[in-house]
Amino acid sequence: MVNALTVRDLTVTRGGVAVLSGLSFCVAAGQALVLRGPNGVGKTTVLRTIAGLQLPATGQVICPVDRAYAAHADGLKPALTVWENLMFWARLHGDMPVEPALMRMDLRGLADRPAANLSAGQKRRLGLARLLVTGAALWVMDEPTVSLDAAGVALFGQVLAEHLGAGGAALIATHVDLGVAVAELDLTAYKAPQIDDFDMAFG
Amino acid sequence: MRALLLRDLRLAVRGGGGFGLGLVFFLIVVTLVPFGVGPESGVLARIAPGILWLGALLACLLSLDRIFALDHEDGTLDLLATAPIPMEAVVAVKALAHWITTGAPLVVVAPVLALLLHLPSEGYPWLVLSLALGTPALSVLGTFGAALTVGLRRGGLLLSLLVLPLYIPTLIFGAELMRRGMAGMAVQVPLLMLAGITTACIAVMPFASAAVIRMNLRQS
Repeated sequence: MVNALTVRDLTVTRGGVAVLSGLSFCVAAGQALVLRGPNGVGKTTVLRTIAGLQLPATGQVICPVDRAYAAHADGLKPALTVWENLMFWARLHGDMPVEPALMRMDLRGLADRPAANLSAGQKRRLGLARLLVTGAALWVMDEPTVSLDAAGVALFGQVLAEHLGAGGAALIATHVDLGVAVAELDLTAYKAPQIDDFDMAFG
Repeated sequence: MRALLLRDLRLAVRGGGGFGLGLVFFLIVVTLVPFGVGPESGVLARIAPGILWLGALLACLLSLDRIFALDHEDGTLDLLATAPIPMEAVVAVKALAHWITTGAPLVVVAPVLALLLHLPSEGYPWLVLSLALGTPALSVLGTFGAALTVGLRRGGLLLSLLVLPLYIPTLIFGAELMRRGMAGMAVQVPLLMLAGITTACIAVMPFASAAVIRMNLRQS
């Protein structure tokens, strides 16, 4: 089976400084990989590199399938309604239907409400509904459960399980338990050597 | 692509400020000038081309920082960059949306405001023609400036300083085309120069803007 994502010997930099190096992993279709590690270890940087927003300093990212990226910010326009926000992303990515995604993320009743009037959790659910309308096989997600309540996290877990069951794949940076069987990778082990001390660099 | 254009237009109309901001500014400039320079119709008619062009240019400048700043703040730009459409298309559509919400309305209201400046009747066709030809260049160049300053805090000031020199050729040939047309002189040179500047900007600038956006997203 072809892997949805293969990462080989990746080094990522943030602000010109290497944060992680020697990172290699792969995610097969139907699998989810969760990236763990303390704040600031470089999870977001890895995800941005895999999403294609940043270039790897060394190494390769091979992703033969469509990928969709979900960042900390949901990219919602407060002046547009829930339905209009979702419709925009659906059209941009092809022509996936919006209704099922709204139903799935429990947003049907809010469809005509401006995104400005949503609660933080509802906004996040709308941001996750965007992934459903992209039709992408690989979901690259940065802290998808932030501001979701327990029911929201459970709902997201179900949606993720369905996505994996349908042959999709996911790469997720999160600190919580999603209630889905996932592989885990702790990024702490790949920390790039830091030159903290000027003398040490020459010592 | 059409979805992006429609969304930008809808946001400009609904978001308040984006649409109409340039128009109101243009209106203010043109109405205040007669109070400043006095009501003599000879003087006003003579400086009308310059004033109208300057007003339109500054009105365009005013709304530039909205092109990418809002999309960058709420994360839309990251998501657009990872969507399956080329960044070049995104910036071209954004420039088009800016022109439709700013440049095109200026072209439409300019003849009405020209009345306030006692513009001679033979000047009207040239006013509309020169603005219609020149304002697309202003939008495309402005989009490039907005792309350069995306992600910078208070980038608006830097944006104006970067874009103003780029606007000078358009201003020179736009106002010159109008002046010559009004005076019944040969208009071929400014007309071709203005059309050339606009087409060259439309052809080249989306690639430059897209490259700059990609670089700016990498930094953050």
